[in-house]
Amino acid sequence: MKLDFTLNGRTVQVDAPPAARLLDVLREAMGETGSKEGCGEGECGACTVLLDGRSVCSCLVPAIQAQGATCVTVEGLEASDGELHPVQKAFLKHGAAQCGICTPGFVVTAVELHRQGGTWTRASIREALAGNLCRCTGYQKIIDAVAEVLDARH
Amino acid sequence: MAIGQGVTRADGGAKVTGRAVYVDDLQPTGCLYGATVRSRHAHARVVSITRDPAFDWEGITLLTADDIPGKNCIFLMTEDQPALAPGVVRHVEEPIALVAAPTRELAARAARHVVVEYQQLTPVFDPRVAEGNDSVIFKPDNVFSRIRIDKGDPAAVTGGRLIEGFYQTGLHEQLYIECQGMLAIPREDGGLTLTGSLQCPYYITKAISKLLGSEYEEPGRINVVQACTGGGFGGKEEYPSIVAAHAALLAVHTGRPVKLIYKRDEDLRATTKRHPCEIGIRTRVDEDGRLLSFECDMLIDGGAYNTLTPVVLSRAVIHATGPYRCEHVRIQGRAVATHTPPNGAFRGFGAPQAHFAAERHMDRIARELGIDPVELRRRNLLRDGDISATGQEMIDVGAATVLDAALEAANASAPRALPDLPGGGLAVSRLAQGRGVSLVFHGCGFTGNGEAALKGRVALELVGKQLRILTGSTDIGQGTRTVFPQIVAEELGIDMALVVVVEPDTAEVPDSGPTVASRTAMVVGGVCQEAAKKLRDALQLEMGRQAPFSELLAERSSQVVLRVEHVYEDDGSLTWDPETYQGDAYPTYGWNCNVVDLSVDLETGAVLYNRLVTATDIGKALNPVLASGQIEGGALQGLGWATQEEVVLDPERRMRNDRLTNYIIPTSLDAPELKTILVEIPYKGGPFGAKGLGEIPLDGPAAAVAQAIEVATGAVLDTLPMTPERVLEALS
Repeated sequence: MKLDFTLNGRTVQVDAPPAARLLDVLREAMGETGSKEGCGEGECGACTVLLDGRSVCSCLVPAIQAQGATCVTVEGLEASDGELHPVQKAFLKHGAAQCGICTPGFVVTAVELHRQGGTWTRASIREALAGNLCRCTGYQKIIDAVAEVLDARH
Repeated sequence: MAIGQGVTRADGGAKVTGRAVYVDDLQPTGCLYGATVRSRHAHARVVSITRDPAFDWEGITLLTADDIPGKNCIFLMTEDQPALAPGVVRHVEEPIALVAAPTRELAARAARHVVVEYQQLTPVFDPRVAEGNDSVIFKPDNVFSRIRIDKGDPAAVTGGRLIEGFYQTGLHEQLYIECQGMLAIPREDGGLTLTGSLQCPYYITKAISKLLGSEYEEPGRINVVQACTGGGFGGKEEYPSIVAAHAALLAVHTGRPVKLIYKRDEDLRATTKRHPCEIGIRTRVDEDGRLLSFECDMLIDGGAYNTLTPVVLSRAVIHATGPYRCEHVRIQGRAVATHTPPNGAFRGFGAPQAHFAAERHMDRIARELGIDPVELRRRNLLRDGDISATGQEMIDVGAATVLDAALEAANASAPRALPDLPGGGLAVSRLAQGRGVSLVFHGCGFTGNGEAALKGRVALELVGKQLRILTGSTDIGQGTRTVFPQIVAEELGIDMALVVVVEPDTAEVPDSGPTVASRTAMVVGGVCQEAAKKLRDALQLEMGRQAPFSELLAERSSQVVLRVEHVYEDDGSLTWDPETYQGDAYPTYGWNCNVVDLSVDLETGAVLYNRLVTATDIGKALNPVLASGQIEGGALQGLGWATQEEVVLDPERRMRNDRLTNYIIPTSLDAPELKTILVEIPYKGGPFGAKGLGEIPLDGPAAAVAQAIEVATGAVLDTLPMTPERVLEALS
């Protein structure tokens, strides 16, 4: 079926089986390979994208759910002049990316938290990021980066 | 100044924007997808391999061992492992056949429709009965390796108190977040290019050098390129050679690009893990707890093929005493073959198993003598001038320094209090708190004369004003592509922006040795530094005058490529006898202390971590952000091994919990706040004093956790992992 949706600010149309995984549509049909597959069952969060502003594991979302929706992947976070999103800058500054395979998912999840606003602590950030797995960092520098962007209290 | 700065990682921008290209991101036109048909049984004769007649095989390729054009072998230390099982399978999930199809889904479906008929044979699973068993897995007696280290004569020591213990550690999965993957592309010139997720590009060229037939044996016919690699931890040291072999066979047969990407369940079931280990320790100690004699028996299960098992055993036995001195030592280690999936490289490489046992044994001595475990360690720890079990005079010993530094930091502030801990609020009344301390050391670089034999090479090229580093050392997240330019820029006094690292492609870069063994920054970084000195000389020669490199570079207008190469040189000061295991086992050692504060849920047996403080002597923090990041990641892997990560096997010894929903690695909620202290006791042989640091953070956390559980509850656990079930059992 034909799917129409907004991907990283542009209107796109793609032909895909309705039950295809959104992750595959993004990576293979659209060539947006920033979202990664780590487990294929929603455990690792490496495929996290924003669908109508909410973070979802794109490996669990049938493509048909993107119909008419707005989808933002890690490729769509920079400003139009190429300036990095504050979350991306903080990840660089704090050394929060190592091998980088989980980074797109963490960055997208953290951007959702950033957009939500509100008051954060390191403990509540840990809870909010618990759906994303990282094997390189021990999470310390990821929490440091996100805590800075969210202006966490302690 | 570049050294000592937390320079932002060179590939950071690409990684935070999703532009970094991993193997599965490559989508060449006309690409086929591969899948692997694997054994359902641990040990069987393969009677027949046929296509299911009910399935549509149009456009699908099926290959078996009979279709291999060259030698059916993955070359590593030995030649025992086939690329595809030739008639007999020796472990469950062993590759039997390969399929290629136009889509991933079709390839996976086709693999399920390959019908394999087996005649089952009796497997040997118990490493204790494998040695000399009639069922020969590895010739002649199922022993991959035996090693013995003797110092003094422990049998002659009769005084003091005899204290004996037995310790066990289980399988442990690397769990890189990016699964194994390889892309093979036939080249127009008749060669083959392999691009993949890997640590050691030159392992692969060697591993498959005879697989594809004589026409591929000429140098340069096969080149290997490292794609951006989503974690390795040893799991992408030797295993990618198998993935590469399979992708290469399919690509050569079909003449098309073939991509072979493992799904998570396949990756978990089929790939190498940390060796399970059983360690018996028998010591005599004086009334103050000082070690009079230390005897150790170590048995590790290598699985069905040799892989790197003898080297894992080697590192395990050398670290068997822990960082403690003793005049009379005997260590005996055996690595045996069983009909289980082969175990292989994993960060620490035998040392974590050895350290867990040694540290738990120190706790046992402390318990039996009524001495504080930290005090007991102080009395026994190695100091400058002490002689190790292999007869090496230890210098620049950091054992006491890291112990003091970690304890001081741990005492300086309180760990995160309950009930702030996730899950802590509901259970405060049933939580018991405790602190545990462990002390470990880790030999940096290859064992003994390994580096001298290996002769790692690095080339530097000046192209216009840009300096290119050509090295086979890979960046798997630890930061090679950032630290090497820091070293070279510092040596030459130039801006790091002028230095780039060339993509690792065996067609272009020299063999710097594998990216393993805590050797990349220390050994290959040192080769980079020496190469930089040569480049300085070469530029002075080209420009015809002596002046600082930066000045000459600014003036340089030549477009001629100026190239120098440097090969690792041993200064001849180290001696090592691989037969007797006597001599200088490693050029230097890192030192690390872990202080963990935790809470045990007395009702569920679950361990909640309040904080982990580590102090690690790394010689010199070339890049403190990268260094501490690596230590923190290794430490959490160690905590995962301690309490969460258990591989559950079915009767064929197939991993049952082959998903991320049931093989549980720590999340950000499980992870404690990590306080990381970098200690710098310089090693004169390393660049700017640097030592290796990649593996040591994983060596010690598990033992600290065990001690803390004991302090909190009195429960003694000497087996890893210390799952809630085991903790509850120990409590009752």
